[in-house]
Amino acid sequence: MFGDYSLGDLGSIFVMQGFAGLILFSVYVLMALGLAIIFGQMGVINMAHGEFMILGAYVTWMTSNFFQAYLPSLFSGYFFLAMILAFVASGALGMLVEWVLIRHLYKRPLDTLLATWGLSLMLQQAYRSVFGAREVGVELPQWMLGSLHVTDSIEVPINGVFVMCLTVLITIGVAYVMYKSRWGRQVRAVVQNRIMAGAVGINTEKVDRYTFGLGCGIAGVAGSAFTMIGSTGPTSGQLYIVDTFLVVVFGGAASLIGTIASAFSISQTQSTLEFFMSGSMAKVLTLLAVVGILMLRPQGLFALKVRK
Amino acid sequence: MSDEANKGLLLPLRRKLLMGMAALPAITMLPRASFAQAPATSAVNTTGLAVTDTEVTVGILHSATGTMAISETGSIEAEKLAIEQINAMGGVLGRKIKFIQEDGASDWPTFAEKAKKLLVNDKVAAIMGCWTSASRKAVLPVMEQYNGMLYYPTFYEGLEQSKNVIYTGQEATQQILAGLNWIAKEKGAKSFFFIGSDYIWPRTSNKIARKHVENVLKGKVVGEEYYPLGNTQFNSVINKIKLTKPDVIFTDVVGGSNVAFYKQLKAAGIDLSKQALLTISVTEDEIDGIGGENIAGAYACMKYFQSLDNPNNKTFVPAFKKMWGEKTVIGDVTQAAYLGPWLWKLTVEKAGSFDVDKIAAASPGVEFKGAPEGYVRIHENHHLWSKTRVGRAKLDGQFELIYETADLVEPDPFPKGYQ
Repeated sequence: MFGDYSLGDLGSIFVMQGFAGLILFSVYVLMALGLAIIFGQMGVINMAHGEFMILGAYVTWMTSNFFQAYLPSLFSGYFFLAMILAFVASGALGMLVEWVLIRHLYKRPLDTLLATWGLSLMLQQAYRSVFGAREVGVELPQWMLGSLHVTDSIEVPINGVFVMCLTVLITIGVAYVMYKSRWGRQVRAVVQNRIMAGAVGINTEKVDRYTFGLGCGIAGVAGSAFTMIGSTGPTSGQLYIVDTFLVVVFGGAASLIGTIASAFSISQTQSTLEFFMSGSMAKVLTLLAVVGILMLRPQGLFALKVRK
Repeated sequence: MSDEANKGLLLPLRRKLLMGMAALPAITMLPRASFAQAPATSAVNTTGLAVTDTEVTVGILHSATGTMAISETGSIEAEKLAIEQINAMGGVLGRKIKFIQEDGASDWPTFAEKAKKLLVNDKVAAIMGCWTSASRKAVLPVMEQYNGMLYYPTFYEGLEQSKNVIYTGQEATQQILAGLNWIAKEKGAKSFFFIGSDYIWPRTSNKIARKHVENVLKGKVVGEEYYPLGNTQFNSVINKIKLTKPDVIFTDVVGGSNVAFYKQLKAAGIDLSKQALLTISVTEDEIDGIGGENIAGAYACMKYFQSLDNPNNKTFVPAFKKMWGEKTVIGDVTQAAYLGPWLWKLTVEKAGSFDVDKIAAASPGVEFKGAPEGYVRIHENHHLWSKTRVGRAKLDGQFELIYETADLVEPDPFPKGYQ
């Protein structure tokens, strides 16, 4: 298929394609991080993850409308505030949900599947009632649109660069919180043995609530960032949920490094295959590969060694 | 009953005329006389439909919840508007239209179940409904078994025809061919890149488009790509487009994927004012979510645009906005849904009956001069004769009409040479 193209053309396409893979990688990491905390660390199968993301997207939309109406001069910077608000809103809703629903289910992790699935349906209908069934268009400041012109044939999408930077920052933040801070140590202690953690004086209820809130908050930020590349509607969250679980499960549920490694391998496979065949076929082959590897290594790519 | 009433009115009338006091009483009598002319229920309803002396019941069957609510909301709104307008003009055969709305919930078996409920329990005279082909395919056997009448609004892939369905949207050839001809002529386009969502409508449409490009336009299809429904990452295919440099990108991507596709196309530096893109899946409704700035410059091939400049549309658009809000936009399918109740009313009046068999038989040739798209007529095959139009997306989310076929295009659900 490359016979007709010049070397220069091919070179720049490979650069662009590599970049497409990196963007897909960042998108996967960003959407999976929140779930890696909730599912990986806490063992809650959160089917409503996508809806927490979309809450973030709606918050971004509202912020954008607010700035357009009242503070048009500051519009170019609204996105940063919107991401913070998205974090707060999704995080707060997450903590509420944990208090009302999830904390009663820690001993029955499989039931969280059903409970959060129900929650996702309720949230979807709530969005539909509040914001209407139609998709909303989030307006972005001018500097976030378009692409950086590198050469005539290499153009780097600005929103892709933005998502990549955001992903790196949030990943570093989460890694620090989970592995370096005192609070992260408490989280890991609670996850490994809730009763013993309580016995040594950790307030397990509080740790659970904040951890769940953090996971949902990160989902909110991801949703906010995805307004740049995807749609914002009541059911848009459903578009992400399968890929998100795929990344987390494939990486080995309890490992942050695993999530990153799995996002990297899935995204690179996917985007390389997409280039050589049709998108649907690429997806099928990627999923087949994932299933094959999980059959050989059921615990995922990286697994923590824990005493059972 | 009505005959007696007429005599009762006529006798004193004649006497008064003879007495030389013609004008005034005769005028006051006229409205009452015309009301009494509404034909007897027993005459217009021989099959036990929900028709009384003053009312007739129809069903509205769309997804008000679930994924498809995004698209179907506009259709529900249009049908309610049409029904209200018909009632304001005196209804159908002197009867007000009452509607029962059921929710298909974006779930195809639910559609079939609700259709059965509407036909068997509520005995509705007609159903305005369905949106996706999957929902129509689920409802079709029910309509045929219980002999109902469905007015289906969406443009679709064709390859179907039923006594019990009137297709008010375009079938595939009606939508695609004229658009391709136009862009080949206008832009001198020779190479086409197809990209679609992976299900029956885009695949069938692209198959037809490919045959047309290769056999009629003597052009070349340099790529044909499908992505799963709901896919949100298009960077790889955008690279392929950059590599193959097609004259025209021809797309039928649907739903949330649409938004992702155009946002990423723009972000990748593909300028739609230079790169021709022809879509058959983006209406004003979709642009609401995509954002005008992301799609401005793209061409869409439809039969209706909100911006159409004709007297019918100039009364339709304000009426729609008055009922559903100033910010609502009206897409191609919304307009097609608006045609449903009107075509049904006109057909009932032509047949002089609510009976489904008589309506099915009377449908061919029924014409609706008040259609916002201009003028439509029902074909023998229960599809509509309508024009094909090409519009160019503008920043404000509206389309500017660029081209329309001179004549109505004949619907051809089973196109020869395209299968």
